Amino acid sequence: MRDLLQRLQTWAEHRLPALTRYRRSETLPIELHRRRIYIVPTMFGLGFSILLLVMMVGALNYSNNAALLLTCLLGAASSTSMLVGFRTLDGLRLSHIRAGHAVAGQPIELTLVFETVRARSSIRVDLDDAFTAFAIEADGTTTVKMILATTYRGWQPLPRIRLWTTWPLGLFRAWSWLYPDQSVLVWPRPESAGPPPRAPADDARHMRLYRGDELAALRDYRAGDPQRHIAWKASAHHDNLLVKDFEQPQSHPQWQLDWRQLRSMDNESRIARLARWVGEAQAQRRSYSLWLPNSEIAASSGPLHYAHCMNMLAQLP
Amino acid sequence: MTFWARRKKPVEPAIDNRVFDLLSITVTLVLLVHAPHLLWWLSIALALTLGWRWWQRRRHTGRVPAWLKIPLLALLTLAVVVSYGNIFGREPGTALAVGLLILKLLETETARDVRVGVGFACFALMSALLIDQGLVATVVVALGLLPALATLRALEPAQVPMSLPRTLLPGLVLLAAAIPMALLAFLLVPRLSEPLWGAPTPDEARIGLSDSMSPGNFTDLLIDDSPAMRVTFDGAPPPPDQRYFRAYVMWNYDGRSWRRAFVRHDEMQVPAPIEAGTTINYSVSLVPTHQRVLPALDVPLSVPAEARMQPDHEILADKPVNDPLNYTLRSALGYRLQPDLDDRARRLGLQRPIGFNPRTLTLATQWRQRFGNNDAAIVQAALSLFHDGGFRYTLAPAPLGRDAVDDFLFSTHEGFCEHYSSAFTLLMRDAGIPARVVTGYQGGYWNKFGNYLLVRNSDAHAWSEVWLAGRGWIRVDPTGAVRPERVSLGASAAAGDQLSWYRTDWLQGMRNRWDIVNRWWAQGVIGFDSLRQRGLLTPFGVRDIDTATLGVLLAIGSVLFIAIGLGWALLRKQPRDGLRTALRELERKLARAGIVRRSSEGPQHYLSRAARALPNQRDELATLMKSYLELRYANNMPAPEPLRTFQRAAREFRVTSVVK
Repeated sequence: MRDLLQRLQTWAEHRLPALTRYRRSETLPIELHRRRIYIVPTMFGLGFSILLLVMMVGALNYSNNAALLLTCLLGAASSTSMLVGFRTLDGLRLSHIRAGHAVAGQPIELTLVFETVRARSSIRVDLDDAFTAFAIEADGTTTVKMILATTYRGWQPLPRIRLWTTWPLGLFRAWSWLYPDQSVLVWPRPESAGPPPRAPADDARHMRLYRGDELAALRDYRAGDPQRHIAWKASAHHDNLLVKDFEQPQSHPQWQLDWRQLRSMDNESRIARLARWVGEAQAQRRSYSLWLPNSEIAASSGPLHYAHCMNMLAQLP
Repeated sequence: MTFWARRKKPVEPAIDNRVFDLLSITVTLVLLVHAPHLLWWLSIALALTLGWRWWQRRRHTGRVPAWLKIPLLALLTLAVVVSYGNIFGREPGTALAVGLLILKLLETETARDVRVGVGFACFALMSALLIDQGLVATVVVALGLLPALATLRALEPAQVPMSLPRTLLPGLVLLAAAIPMALLAFLLVPRLSEPLWGAPTPDEARIGLSDSMSPGNFTDLLIDDSPAMRVTFDGAPPPPDQRYFRAYVMWNYDGRSWRRAFVRHDEMQVPAPIEAGTTINYSVSLVPTHQRVLPALDVPLSVPAEARMQPDHEILADKPVNDPLNYTLRSALGYRLQPDLDDRARRLGLQRPIGFNPRTLTLATQWRQRFGNNDAAIVQAALSLFHDGGFRYTLAPAPLGRDAVDDFLFSTHEGFCEHYSSAFTLLMRDAGIPARVVTGYQGGYWNKFGNYLLVRNSDAHAWSEVWLAGRGWIRVDPTGAVRPERVSLGASAAAGDQLSWYRTDWLQGMRNRWDIVNRWWAQGVIGFDSLRQRGLLTPFGVRDIDTATLGVLLAIGSVLFIAIGLGWALLRKQPRDGLRTALRELERKLARAGIVRRSSEGPQHYLSRAARALPNQRDELATLMKSYLELRYANNMPAPEPLRTFQRAAREFRVTSVVK
């Protein structure tokens, strides 16, 4: 049964793309309207209508008008619920989608932002294999977090998103396909193991530890600490002496990561290796620069720099 | 040893407590609706099962194990079979359905179970109406739909949380919105002229008039307060002492009970001739009796459709009355009925069992000797005996022996209408006057507000008719000789203190007034049959609608409602632009002063021009312009507080000077 339905759906999607999915992608924001909301009874809805039919025939047969009246009432209420279901989707706006960061093969987090004028309940979102449900208040905005699986680095177009609901009674299923014209950038997957970058020999001066300028934290006094580093005011409030600890950003030598150094490898392996190095440098809080075929990123550190480097790596041809 | 990996179906998540509570409420209501006609111990057992399941699921979720479920199922089936005899039919069927619904609750853990349960509950609710389709029952059943709808709603994910009573509200709104369409469908769904399959036969005979009468068997009837029929008269109703509704005419007496005359089918069934005086037209709506007889006022002159009149003016329908029935009749109030008695009727009217009631026969023979040929004097003598002979009216008389009439007349001296009419008729026959017993209803409550006569089962009555030469059959009510209130005020007044507490006067008054609603319901809704449906368009000049026309009308109506519904569904609340409205207002005021905004003109230019044209109000207009520009262009949405200020300023702006 389920198999047959699946095949029927595939056929319908093939033959009637306008009915099942919007053919072309559209720019955000997307507002749902009557021409793109479809509604069919659910299995329960079909069963319930058969039940109503049985009750109606029974009431007619026994010429029992009270039962007939209530059957009509229940039937009319069920059909009204179809309109309620339609109204749940009609006028809903997907205003924008924010994407998180993820390396290829790992799921990426998407944040869908919906807007509406009137309150709605129980709207479900299907995005590939992930699904969730949300409610939204009148004149409100709701963010819905979804997970999208990734495979390759680079720009990955968003799949079609299905918004659907069986609100209020579960008798009808209203749905609409959204195909936002937006892609998410998937970072390259770092290789799992490999040699460290070749440190330039003349950069020995970077090897020495030296004190940074910025105050990072206070710590307990250790024998040998210079007197001028003692935080006298702060120590007055404590039992023991506190010493100002200064950041040491360049405890590791600066790395110059260069595409050209990896001449013996193919492109993807180079990217994977560079991604690993960038990741390691970020973990070790090193300063690093990155040279790529068409661009050059000056030495720096921090999460923004890391994201920039990974973005550039992801976008390599 | 090898383990085989089995593909497991994805487990549906268990429903939460709110859903289960709502379903339990639905099922409880189903049980309540059915409780009046279920056996009391079955109701209690089912209620206990329900309560136990609810408590059990509170403690930990999970299905009730099969070793408990299957015996319970067997027990239920056994209980139904033992107490009703079989599992088919209306009563055992509904009992079984309610029981199964409650057992279904034992294994309800997933959304699918809940949906099946709700559908089943709806069905069980409707089936309650097969047994009682009164207004109260219908309203209760309709209210039972509320928790059912709320249960379905609660199954949907991601909702705004609300309290349990509040969850019922959206269902009420939905049902209320569905009422117009439901009414349309109710009016226009073509009724079946005859049932597709056998109409249900009543499983137990309801208390009602029966076609035989033995003194003492009315007692159940006389304490039954339910309506028997409602009568509307064309013109004024007859006075209370003439409100005798004839149902059965009893001729045959076997010493114990009175029975109807055996009418052979080959005989020509011509109603006895009658010379009618005043006549009256009226219509009756009869509550189902499951019998064929149609009660009629006094002596009916006409016959409704699908019914026949017997020679003794009984009206019998062709089929038992299993559904509420409306019919119109004409009756005679003053008449000479059968002035010439034929031999067969005379033989029937004088028949008496041999060897029973010897003392009655002796008394009647004495009267005949004393009064000679004066039949009227004998009738009077019998009535005087009842009036002065120490007779008492009571609903709980002493039991009678083999010679029932002898015991009643000469020893117990107490009884009610059956005893009196029975004894009187036998006395008359023994004295040689043709006589017969008539049962039916007498009295009734005149409902001033609805202008109709409500006749209850407790108004059941028995009286006699004697045939006097030259006058035909005359009605004689011997009970009236003992207790005149019985005739003028009704059975409850006659019974005095013997009635239960719930029949006190004010309560009875309330019930009588409330009956007008019941009558409206019975006539307007329950009595809406295929005949009434076909006459639906009579006010518009269409006398008879056929099924096809009904279908077309139904389709047109549905399309209309769909259009209205779609209009509502497509209606979108436009976010109101308060700023724009306020500016429009300002523009209107300025336009009245002659400063009209050109179509190509922006707000800044326009308001500056207005400021130049109205030098007195230049500052005011400049402020308005500045705040408008800021509200409109500084942010995406205008901030609420400055917007209100601007709106107030625009509303209070007045052009003070005339433009140069």
